[in-house]
Amino acid sequence: MLALEKRPEHSQALVYLSPLIALILTLAAGVVLFFVLGVSPARALYAFFVYPLTSAYGWAELGVKATPLVLIGVALSLGFRAGVWNIGAEGQLTLGAICGGAVALWLYEVDSVLVLPLMMLCGMLGGMSWAAIPALLKTRFNANEILTSLMLTYIATLLLSLLVHGPLRDPDGFNFPESRIFGDSATLPILWAGTRLHLGAALAALAVAGTWLLMSRTLIGFQIRVVGQAPAAGRHAGFSVNRMVWFSLLFGGGMAGLAGLLEVAGPIGQLLPTISPGYGFTAIIVAFVGRLHPVGALLAGLLIALSYLGGESAQITLNLPLAVTGVFQGMLLFFLLACDVLIGYRIRYRSLARMRHD
Amino acid sequence: MTEVLIAAIITIITAATPLIYAALGEMVTEKSGVLNLGVEGMMLMGAVCGFTAVHLSGSATLGILTAALAGTGMALVFAVLVLGFQATQVATGLALTIFGVGLSALIGQDLVGVAYDGLPRLAIPLLSEIPVIGPILFNHDILVYGSFALVFLVSWFLGRTRAGLVLRAVGDSHDAAHAIGYPVIRIRYLAILFGGAMSGVAGACLSLAYSPLWIENMSAGRGWIALALVVFATWRPWRVFVGAYLFGGITILQLHAQALGAGVPAQVMSMLPYAATIVVLVLISRDRNKIRLNSPACIGKPFHPTS
Repeated sequence: MLALEKRPEHSQALVYLSPLIALILTLAAGVVLFFVLGVSPARALYAFFVYPLTSAYGWAELGVKATPLVLIGVALSLGFRAGVWNIGAEGQLTLGAICGGAVALWLYEVDSVLVLPLMMLCGMLGGMSWAAIPALLKTRFNANEILTSLMLTYIATLLLSLLVHGPLRDPDGFNFPESRIFGDSATLPILWAGTRLHLGAALAALAVAGTWLLMSRTLIGFQIRVVGQAPAAGRHAGFSVNRMVWFSLLFGGGMAGLAGLLEVAGPIGQLLPTISPGYGFTAIIVAFVGRLHPVGALLAGLLIALSYLGGESAQITLNLPLAVTGVFQGMLLFFLLACDVLIGYRIRYRSLARMRHD
Repeated sequence: MTEVLIAAIITIITAATPLIYAALGEMVTEKSGVLNLGVEGMMLMGAVCGFTAVHLSGSATLGILTAALAGTGMALVFAVLVLGFQATQVATGLALTIFGVGLSALIGQDLVGVAYDGLPRLAIPLLSEIPVIGPILFNHDILVYGSFALVFLVSWFLGRTRAGLVLRAVGDSHDAAHAIGYPVIRIRYLAILFGGAMSGVAGACLSLAYSPLWIENMSAGRGWIALALVVFATWRPWRVFVGAYLFGGITILQLHAQALGAGVPAQVMSMLPYAATIVVLVLISRDRNKIRLNSPACIGKPFHPTS
């Protein structure tokens, strides 16, 4: 019989190995999944994980898809460390897109280098204001932030739909529910000519470095780590839990809002009824696979971005449904959570007779 | 006028039924000390598998059973991870939802656009003939009758039976229950699986009765509303029942206000159930003592048997 035995100390090596083991197991499960779907697993895995990276364009697209995932994943890592469960990043992303996008439409005629910075600022503020609601309800009324932030996501999606059907609709757009296409001064500069890789990728890299400094070098970063690992120690040290809730949610909301704005000012270029294929939810997986560490979130963000690209490529070349991507992402998180047991425990083989003897 | 009112009440009942199943199932899980945030994912799997079964076999009974089984299967994954592998409950529940959304879309890709008449109505002889009360109470599909019965059953089980008492003991103090000799892990397995089966049936309510068809992500947050209902009800079965009807009413209000041409945009009306969930959650959670008094003390905490 296999039995779990508690390790005297947590294994640091396995903290980093666990995502790799989980990835291998996910791929193995993928082989089974493709077999069931009646597709050659070798061809499917090639289409999913290799083909997207065989062209320069593919690498640029990887950066485009990774940008929102990394931005939000990094911010959620910080919050999850503090034990603040912001599940509504998708809604905060939407609000960022609405607020920043509204600025772009309001300043449609204006040609100035200040338009983009103003849009980014408003996008962040939009995301932060949406995240402030669960923060207020949590600190003031003790309402569970998981449920409130998630409900606000549905409201945000409806709000976006309402606006692109009404006030923000393109006046010359034949009543299609979409806004005008943003002007040049409201569109992000392209970093790599001939691709869609935009300034946002650089901002995401900056966010990784910035959050890493914040977590390792500042007092609030220290408090977050203490409260996350040992809540009792945090209380004794007099760290305010409410402050942690506010900080985590506002930080997450700001980053998600920025990510939303970058999507509409970058690859999309206008406001549409749907602007994200669930980046805000997938970023939760990014945070966990990235071990709740900014640099980890960067790597995990790239991996998950690849799964999005792979899904599209498999849809085109093998006619596989796009939903396979979601299944892959869910499986990765499952296997990761299962592998994480190895951090605190080891597996020992014990004969049944011995177990009875014990 | 009475006709309209009766029609409205009947739609409220159909809208509330999935919430009753999902919330009562989750309540039993939570009473055993486990928080399963995967309700939405389990519901979607129930919805798509139930619909598939009906589509293939034509049997509504088989559809409902398959839905329950699909929910149970999803819950089993959760239970193994949380109880066997000591994974964090919050993260695992989220993973279950993400996985369920993806897998149900994959399974259901060929079902989009397939039509189904909906579950047959079972009119209870004589009783359904009574004016007003008859059509409201005694002319429904099997799932609605089942939801009435489930409230009685869960209420009786948790409050009046020895097994229910043990389940609550496990949820309030797993160490004490373990010391007395109750199999904490096994009881939690059963509670999680029951929650999964009920979420699966809730999914069947959506795809077989409420809007008899399959659309990707058709639960539209109802799984999460069910989770909020459990808090709203402060872990009491009858309040879940009342809460579910309240939400059913709000959902229907949105449809009827539309029909009456109240001049409010459709999107604003659609926001109502979600906004109401937040308001209700705030009103209930505000009183910390009330929450602490009724919530299972060990909820969300992992159990490590020491001896």
